[in-house]
Amino acid sequence: MTEIGLGHYLTLGAIIFSIGIIGIFLNRKNIIVILMSIELILLAVNINLVAFSIFLGDLAGQVFTLFILTVAAAEAAIGLAIIVVYYRNSGTIRVEEIDKLKG
Amino acid sequence: MIAHAIFFYLFSFIAIVSAVMVTASKNTVHSVFFLILDFISISCLFIMIGAEFLGMIMLIVYVGAVAVLFLFVVMMLNVAQQKNQWFASEASSGHIPVGLIISTLIFFELIIVIGGWKYKPDLFDLNNSMTNFNLSNTHSIGQILYTDYIHVFQISGMILLVAMVGAIVLTFRKREGVKTQSYLKQISRERSEGVQIVDVETNKGVKIDD
Repeated sequence: MTEIGLGHYLTLGAIIFSIGIIGIFLNRKNIIVILMSIELILLAVNINLVAFSIFLGDLAGQVFTLFILTVAAAEAAIGLAIIVVYYRNSGTIRVEEIDKLKG
Repeated sequence: MIAHAIFFYLFSFIAIVSAVMVTASKNTVHSVFFLILDFISISCLFIMIGAEFLGMIMLIVYVGAVAVLFLFVVMMLNVAQQKNQWFASEASSGHIPVGLIISTLIFFELIIVIGGWKYKPDLFDLNNSMTNFNLSNTHSIGQILYTDYIHVFQISGMILLVAMVGAIVLTFRKREGVKTQSYLKQISRERSEGVQIVDVETNKGVKIDD
């Protein structure tokens, strides 16, 4: 229990990943919280990559984490821009009322 | 070693609790604050495990840029009127059991994979960018980031450029009725369209219609 190994970090990543998925499914408030859940999922993936990278002694995992960070920042910027435009056009960002695509 | 374990459990407990609060808190602004707490505790874990550069980059990029961007958007859009209701209506709560089942299934699948997994025997012979313990973490990341991964690095720069252009194009709005100075129009004016020389006949006066 006192020896922190790879399994501890992977379990932490799995827990945060599951919480992110619960957040996507359960949230019916607004889309911003769904974007935040996606950020949580990316964070869990980052935890896994960094833990493997440290415990295997291979730096490629940390480099990939850097690129995931880049993509996450770009995704957040584009997603929030889309949300702002949608709010400007239709006046709501509640998940239920966004049904223009009739999906 | 025991202090390391204690700090690991402390930071991961804070991370898990704040991740739960991100999804469960009724006020969206509180969700963003818990997201910031989550990022900070995970970056503390990264620094503890030995990835200092990534921990600091997480602090700068996520807490300093992404979370503040979320905060701006939450405060800019008027989502405060729905802060007292957890779900928009009763009709939409049918998603909850499905979501719970799917996420617990994914969680247990991941736990099974973690429990029954072991290294491939020849793994350590295969990887080529082993950590050099004489260098700092930042130094060794830089050494392989700018040599082996230079193309991926430049492509990620292109992704950021495209994201920036896309965000600007999406939110740019041309307003009607705002009087602004158009430099191009001013510079490209010629004498022929600005001034007109007319021969006026003397002693005749002008008609109003002209």
